[in-house]
Amino acid sequence: MSEMKVSRRCAALAVASLLALGAGAAQAQIKVGVVSSSTGPIALVGIPQKNTVPLLPTQVAGQTVQYIALDDASDPTASVAAIKKLISEEKVDAIIGPSGSPNAMGVIPLVAEAGVPMFAPVGTAAVVLPMDDKKKWVFKTTQNDDLIARALVQHMVGAKVKTVGFIGTADPYGDNWLKVFTGLAEKAGLKVAAAERFQRQDTSLTAQGLKMLAAAPDAVLIAAPGSSSVLPQTTLYDQGFKGRVYQTHGAALPDFLKLGGKKVEGTILAASAMLVLDQVPDSHPTKKIASQYAAAYEKLHGSKPATFGANVYDAGLMLQAAIPAALKHGKPGTPAFRSALRDAVEQIKELPATQGVYTLSPADHSGFDDRGRELITVRNGQWALVK
Amino acid sequence: MNAQIALLLGQDGMTSGAVYALLALSIVLVFTVTRVLLVPQGEFVTFGAMSMAAMQAGTPLRLAWLVLAVALLRAALRALSVLRQRHGRVSADEAVDPLGWRDLAAPAYALALLLLTRAVPAPALQSLALPLQIALTLALVVPLGPWLYDLCFAPIASAHSLVLLIVSIALHVVLVGIALLMFGAEGARTAPFSDSVLELGSARLQAQTLWVVGVTVGLIGALYLAFEHTLAGKALRATAVSRLGAQLMGISPTAAGRFSFALAAAIGALSGVLIAPITTLYYDSGFLISLKGFVGAVCGGLVSFPLGAAGALGVGLIESFSTFWASAYKEVLVFTLILPVLLWRSLSAGHHDEEHAG
Repeated sequence: MSEMKVSRRCAALAVASLLALGAGAAQAQIKVGVVSSSTGPIALVGIPQKNTVPLLPTQVAGQTVQYIALDDASDPTASVAAIKKLISEEKVDAIIGPSGSPNAMGVIPLVAEAGVPMFAPVGTAAVVLPMDDKKKWVFKTTQNDDLIARALVQHMVGAKVKTVGFIGTADPYGDNWLKVFTGLAEKAGLKVAAAERFQRQDTSLTAQGLKMLAAAPDAVLIAAPGSSSVLPQTTLYDQGFKGRVYQTHGAALPDFLKLGGKKVEGTILAASAMLVLDQVPDSHPTKKIASQYAAAYEKLHGSKPATFGANVYDAGLMLQAAIPAALKHGKPGTPAFRSALRDAVEQIKELPATQGVYTLSPADHSGFDDRGRELITVRNGQWALVK
Repeated sequence: MNAQIALLLGQDGMTSGAVYALLALSIVLVFTVTRVLLVPQGEFVTFGAMSMAAMQAGTPLRLAWLVLAVALLRAALRALSVLRQRHGRVSADEAVDPLGWRDLAAPAYALALLLLTRAVPAPALQSLALPLQIALTLALVVPLGPWLYDLCFAPIASAHSLVLLIVSIALHVVLVGIALLMFGAEGARTAPFSDSVLELGSARLQAQTLWVVGVTVGLIGALYLAFEHTLAGKALRATAVSRLGAQLMGISPTAAGRFSFALAAAIGALSGVLIAPITTLYYDSGFLISLKGFVGAVCGGLVSFPLGAAGALGVGLIESFSTFWASAYKEVLVFTLILPVLLWRSLSAGHHDEEHAG
C-alpha cells in the first residue's frame, strides 16, 4: 500500500514539476492536496475522484495550481496522516477530500487549526452543519440529503403513496437518510411502515425483502451508495413486490442499470442532471459544464464518470472562482492567502458547476438549491428525466 | 412470522449455508493436510465470480495476467532453489530435482491461456455457452491454488502454524489488492443459469437457488467418494491424519498440499460462479463469505468434515433468521454465535498440543 502511495506521489510530483517548468520558475505556485479513498471498502467512491484530479484547472489567474494526490485506503486514521502530511510538509493552500464521511469528520479539527480551506465531497451534512468555528473551514460539494429527500417525498405525495418502506445500508449514509427521510415523510403525512438495514457485502437480502413484503408498503425507498443499491431492489422484484421503488442519489451511476437490468425498470430517483444531460434543455445551468466534464473524463479513462468524481471537479471550479480574489490579499503559501481563499469561497454566488448552482454564505457551506437535483426514472433500460 | 415466511427464510438460509458448507469443507481439507488456515479461500470465490462477470460484460479477462505472473514467479523460485543446490547451500534432505522441460509446462499453460483470452474477441467470449464460460473460469482460477501453494507455503511447510497463518493473511491482503486492480471497485453479477421461477404455493423459488443446493450436494458426494475410494483421496486423508506417517508410506506431503490447494481453488471458484447470479459481488466480498465458512469449520474443530458442513449450514440459517428479526445486528449475531461453540469445544476436547508432527 505504502509503495503505491509513494509511486503515486512521485507521479504527481513529476507531473507537477513538468507543469512548473512549462509555466516558468519565477511564478508562485498554488498547492492543493487531494485525499481520496482509491483503495479499500469505499474505493468505488474514491477511484472516480482520484481519476478526476488530472481534469482539475491547472492555471488560474496566471498562477500554476499543483495537485498532490494521496490515497487513504478508506481508513480514517490514514486520512488524518495524509492531511497532516499535506499541511506540514507540502504546505498546501487548500485540500480536496477525503472521500468518506467518517474520514472527513475526523480531519476537521486539523484543517481548522492550520487554517486550510477543505472541500469535502462527502455525503453527510454533519461536516458543515451545525456551522461553528471549526466547520467554517469546510465546504461540501455534494447535495445535502434533505434536498434530495424533499424531491422524493414530493413525488411520493403526488403519486398518492401513503406508506413507505425503507431499506438502507447500516453505515452513516443509511443512518442519515433514515433520519432525514423519516422527518420529512412524517411532515408530509407519509407513514414509514418498516425500516430495514443491510451491509454492502451481504450476499442475500431475502429476509429484509420478506419483512418489507409483510409490511406491504405502497412504495419502498432504498438508500445505499453505489452498486450496493441494486441488490435490495432486485430482491424485491424477485419476491414479487409490485409497488414503486425510490432510490437516492447514491444510485446515480452507470453501473446501476448494468447490474439491475430489467428489474430496476420504473425506479424513481433524484440526483444531479448529469445522468440525463442529453434530455435537459440547453438552458439548464449545469448542462454545458457537466457535458464538458463527462466528455473529458471519458476521453481520459474510457468510462463515464460516477457522480463522486464530479463532486471533486466542482471543488476545482470553486477554487478557480475564488483564487483571483484571494490573490489580492496574499501570496500562495501564506496564512493570509489561505484565509482570504476561505472568505472568497464563502462569497461565491450563482456559480454553475456539474452538480448544480452554488450560492454559498457563512451559514450555508454546501450552497445547493433546487437546480441541484432532477427527478429521474429508468425507462426501457435508460435514464429518463421525469417531466 | 408465519409458516410461509419461515419456509422462505429457511430456503434462503440453506442456499447461503450450502455455499458456506463448501468453503468450510475446503478450509478443513487444506488445514488438515497442510496446517495452513486458508484465509485467501474467499479470493478464489471472488476471482471465479468476477471472471465470469467480466466475460459476460465483454471486458478483458485481466485474471490471465495474474495467472501468468504467478507461474513465472513460481518458475523463478524453482530455478533459484536449483541454483542454491548447485552451490551446495542446502542440506541433502532438502534436495530438489534438477531443472527439466516439465518446469516449462506451467508458464506455457499460463501463456497459452493469456494468448487465448486476448486473441478471442470479447463478443465471442460473451456469447460462449455457459458451460464453456465456467470451464474457462475454472481453467484460470484452479491452477492458482497449487501454484500459490508452491510459491508461498511449500518452502516453509514445516514452519510453526502461526507463521503459516501470518503468510496466509499476507497472501489474502495482497490478493484483495490485486483484485481491486483487476476488477475495479464496482460490484458485478452474472446471468442466471436459467431464468425460470418455481411457484410453490405462494412461495417463489428461483432455479438458481436449486442449482446452488444441487451442485453443493453433488460436490460433497463426489468428495466423499473420492476420499473413500481413490488412491489420491486416500493419500490426502493419510496426510491429514499424520504427515510423517504418510511420508513414511511414500506419500509426498508437498504433492498432497498442492492437491488440497487445487481442490480449494476449484471449490472456491465454483462457489463464486454459483452465487454470482443471485447476488452482487465485490472485489472484497470473498473474505466475509469464507469467514462464515470458517465459523462453520470451527464448529467441527477444523478436523471434522460432516460437523464443519453442518456448522456452516447452521450459520446460513441463523444468518437468515437473525436478519429477519434485527437486520442491523446480523453480523454481530452470527459472529457472537462462535463464542459458545468455542467454549463448548475447549471444555469438551480438553487440552491438546497445537503443534502436531510436521
